[in-house]
Amino acid sequence: MSNPADKSALTDLTVAEIRDGFRAGDFSAREVAEAFNANVAAAKALNAFIVETPEKALEAADAADRAKAAGEPLKPLAGVPIGMKDLFCTEGVQTTAASHMLEGFTPTYESTVSKKLWDAGAGMLGKLNLDQFAMGSSNETSYYGNVISPWRRGGGDNAALAPGGSSGGSSAAISARLCPAATGTDTGGSIRQPAAFTGISGIKPTYGRCSRWGIVAFASSLDQAGPMARTVRDNAILLETMAGFDPKDSTSLDLAVPQWEANLSSDLKGKKVGIPREYRPDGLNAEISAMWDRGIEWLKDAGAEVVEVSLPHTKYALPTYYIIAPAEASSNLARYDGVRYGQRDLPDGAGLQDMYAATRALGFGPEVKRRIMIGTYVLSAGFYDAYYTQAQKVRALIARDFEQAFEKCDLLLTPTAPSASFALGEKQADPLAMYLNDVFTVPASLAGLPAMAVPGGLDAQGLPLGLQIVGKALDEQTVLNAGLAIEERAGFTARPEKWW
Amino acid sequence: MSIDLQTVKKIASLSRISVTDAEAEAMVPELNNILGWVEQLGEVDVTGVEPMTAVIPNTLRLREDVVTDGNVRDRVLANAPQAEHGFFAVPKVIE
Repeated sequence: MSNPADKSALTDLTVAEIRDGFRAGDFSAREVAEAFNANVAAAKALNAFIVETPEKALEAADAADRAKAAGEPLKPLAGVPIGMKDLFCTEGVQTTAASHMLEGFTPTYESTVSKKLWDAGAGMLGKLNLDQFAMGSSNETSYYGNVISPWRRGGGDNAALAPGGSSGGSSAAISARLCPAATGTDTGGSIRQPAAFTGISGIKPTYGRCSRWGIVAFASSLDQAGPMARTVRDNAILLETMAGFDPKDSTSLDLAVPQWEANLSSDLKGKKVGIPREYRPDGLNAEISAMWDRGIEWLKDAGAEVVEVSLPHTKYALPTYYIIAPAEASSNLARYDGVRYGQRDLPDGAGLQDMYAATRALGFGPEVKRRIMIGTYVLSAGFYDAYYTQAQKVRALIARDFEQAFEKCDLLLTPTAPSASFALGEKQADPLAMYLNDVFTVPASLAGLPAMAVPGGLDAQGLPLGLQIVGKALDEQTVLNAGLAIEERAGFTARPEKWW
Repeated sequence: MSIDLQTVKKIASLSRISVTDAEAEAMVPELNNILGWVEQLGEVDVTGVEPMTAVIPNTLRLREDVVTDGNVRDRVLANAPQAEHGFFAVPKVIE
């Protein structure tokens, strides 16, 4: 492949196509890495990457090409370059969690999930921008600037749109063809909502499937890593590599990793799909509602039976989340003290306590401070039971709702987000309005269930809308299969028109 | 219940985040908005419900009581803002 047209075609390939085409000798791994490196270098306007690592992508590609030339067995992801959310510690490459606090922090170790990907032959194109410490739904809290969605509204409206958050660098980069796939992390919707906003797919597996070791912690009982890509198959491929038991994470599940890709099937005969009535409140956006109805028809067409179910505590999921997640964050982020790593601010004559307070005032952005302070308050003496213990009890009820619903069905279908992408700045002034974006994604997070976003279509403005599939604990296969059934029927081929 | 300026300053102090008076004042309505909203959880009947601490049934493992790492002092100190003589250095603490 030598002409430029072919090079651009390489960046349109899926992970599966790159993997298989490289094996078949259609192109070299180096050609693929060079093509994506070029796209990354030409897309500064999106601000999707905090650090670019073209040399890492080439290094992995050259290793794959050498192995192929020598006739050695090829690794599962040989020849596939990916983006890494800058929440995963990468040895020798700056890891910031999009914060000033960790600016310059260069881990001396590799996160378990990223190590599994590199060991499988994947190459790193760079570290992807995100909301600071993964706290946000629009990628507007990054210390390194907003990520701009490659999508624009139709009709000549050039307003910069949110790529979703917190995995907004990942979603923007994939939909703009800067990488075929990327890692994300999901605490309350941070894989699914950005996937929906940019017309791609992403799956948050069951809590405990992917090791949290080496991922900058936000809310430990909720945080889960997962893949983001343009197809369901690609998500299955990556998740197989990312998942697996890790003795270094006490909540890691000691279970074999299923062969999700080999078992993909869009035949849903015998499956029951639950439609939770609480997810269709009065005033639900009509286009979202219509897309949801189309999704229901697609699953019926795939052989599934549709039943209505009830998740009565749904309206309490967001307030529960906004107690539990800040509480855990306030505890997790106590580690940033200016002593062991990250920034230090030591005013003249300051003592140790003053140094802590000055360092944290300097290193954290406004949303991070807000959440730490909410968390500190709900855990403080006199308020702990009223807020935190109550939230843990309501969380148990939310999980019980799902258990009872799953007595009547095998999976749930809902919209991913209550709206399409919004303009940057539109919701920034009101934290509560921003939090409401996660209304459909947070309940599954609180219950630890596998959940996936797949594109469902475009709205009248030409922006992507996503459907969410929620499965039983450990049943990623049914989630992926339903995702595939939707993908085959939605025929979603829209892509952002290049302006960057 | 609503929180006042003094409470915001107290929370900031407990959080070890220094705030100016102007910042603290701006946070009073913001935090009250969020706390007022989460207080709706109080209306949920949780009689007999145990607080949830683990979402997926799992038991905490015990591993063999053996040394599995160590001897990485320089790597541990590599990112310290100030490391001296093999230690983390902090301002003088005299109690």
